[in-house]
Amino acid sequence: MTTTGTALERPRFEPHLMRRKLTGTLFLGTCLVAIGLLMLALVLLLVDVLARGLPWLDVDFLTGVPSRRPERAGILPALVGSIEIGLIVGVLAFPLGVAAAIYLEEYARDSWLNRLLRTNIANLAGVPSIIYGIFGLALFVRALGLGYTLVAGALTLVLLILPVVIIATMEALRAVPDSQREGAFALGATRWQMVRGSVLPAAAPGIMTGIILAMARAIGETAPLILVGAVTFVTFLPQPLSGGYTVLPIQVFQWASRPQAGFQGIAAATIIVILVLMFVLNGLALIVRARLSRHIQW
Amino acid sequence: MASSARPLTRRHAPTERLIEAALFLAASIGVVTTIGIIVVLALETVQFFQLVSPIDYFTGTVWSASIRPFRFGVIPLVVGTLMVSLIALVVAIPLGLLAAIYLAEYASLRTRNLVKPVLETLAGIPTIVLGFFALNFLTPNILKPLFGDAIGTFSALAGGLVVGLLVTPLIASLSEDALRVVPRGLREGAFAMGATKWEVVRQVVLPGALSGVMASIILAMSRAIGETMAVVLAVGTNPQLTLNPLESIQTMTAFIVQISLGDTPQDSIQFRSLFAVAATLFAMTLLLNLVSNRVVDRFRNRYE
Repeated sequence: MTTTGTALERPRFEPHLMRRKLTGTLFLGTCLVAIGLLMLALVLLLVDVLARGLPWLDVDFLTGVPSRRPERAGILPALVGSIEIGLIVGVLAFPLGVAAAIYLEEYARDSWLNRLLRTNIANLAGVPSIIYGIFGLALFVRALGLGYTLVAGALTLVLLILPVVIIATMEALRAVPDSQREGAFALGATRWQMVRGSVLPAAAPGIMTGIILAMARAIGETAPLILVGAVTFVTFLPQPLSGGYTVLPIQVFQWASRPQAGFQGIAAATIIVILVLMFVLNGLALIVRARLSRHIQW
Repeated sequence: MASSARPLTRRHAPTERLIEAALFLAASIGVVTTIGIIVVLALETVQFFQLVSPIDYFTGTVWSASIRPFRFGVIPLVVGTLMVSLIALVVAIPLGLLAAIYLAEYASLRTRNLVKPVLETLAGIPTIVLGFFALNFLTPNILKPLFGDAIGTFSALAGGLVVGLLVTPLIASLSEDALRVVPRGLREGAFAMGATKWEVVRQVVLPGALSGVMASIILAMSRAIGETMAVVLAVGTNPQLTLNPLESIQTMTAFIVQISLGDTPQDSIQFRSLFAVAATLFAMTLLLNLVSNRVVDRFRNRYE
């Protein structure tokens, strides 16, 4: 501490209380301005998208197929593609992610291998999503011969959100007190019986919330899917293992890349559909959390 | 790591072993993915470097992948990427940090319940939506009136601003965690010495949380460098070497998207250059993530 010496010679007690409090108030004001700016940005974004997109949003838009004319275009193939991908990702990432997290939290001893596994998960969560797209292209599209199909896209997204699911599940498991584990062991449970009967039910609300939010993330993800072929002019409903597919964010990207106002309008309408989907998933996460945690008390 | 408690039962049913093995397999998918990513990027990049010398690639200042004569000097893409990320940080550091300080030190439960959802919604918005916002609202309604004809439809500034908006929640939430770890006793000690709230925040809490705050900023930088869709729509496809944020540029991620969108044959030099750019991007973000982990690890031990 360099200030200690001077502090001894000249005490730094500065009792200009009014001025000091004023500085504090000014700082608090700055904080509020920053938060106000964030809120303003969010409101502007939502209002702009709604104003642009709502006039285009009707039943024909939801049930139609893409067209070269914005008035005729619809998003059914993209909507179905997004929902299918979201479901596949949820179904695959759920067991894999939870199993991995259970191993890391409940089984892994403190060895170099297990430390490597953990560090690696944290690093994977920081890899740019487009890199996963490149890996998906090499592994699923080319090496495994799946081609540019919906399944290849879904598998790529599974790899992408797996670290998110694992980290969320590990946090949920960590929040369960050790007394639960010791209680199960005291009753003669094996480690797996302890996990299944005692820890998992207690961690379920956190785990389910994590999974649902990860699904929302997968539905909003765009970049990796461009690499694994989701950018096609699709006027039919996607088949999992053959032919082209598209998803909602890709549809936004394609339409937003065209300068005409009509296409910007249907891009905004598609954004509204995505945001509604996410809103529903987030609401679902809240409900699941509330329902599952009703019986948990400690 | 696992709780120190052990099962009392000696019985080691084969199913128990089987389950543990299955769980271990699931946990190792991550390592397999990492190795896979590195192998794919390395193999393809080596092939690219047989066509273009690494020296030309790393020191070249002209990137022209679609217009002859083809030139593959990565510096314009790297500079473009860094420029967007720096603009993003200039926006996100003050906004995120102020929001974090407010949430950790000042907010009551009621205001917290108002501010937190705003940050969470911002964090959850698909990044393509922010790109759309940059293109359709930010540039025509805010940047054009400010800069006039100096700014075009696409600009590094518009991209940087929306990426800043995108990484602000990350800085806010990680910094808030870091601020909360600073022990209450330190704050109370400072108050007892007659410090005002602001003095406690600036001279005790912020220095105490500095490494956590730094880590959040490094992570935000890494996230900004790897951000793709918001940037693709906002900055354009013009890989020029410039430091003027009002100009259209191209980032590394935007280039990858551009090549994979077109009808580029997969065995062409352009398509191979995609892997070299991706490897460069991967190396940059990995380095930042490792540095950030280091910083976090050091700070974790401090108050335990």
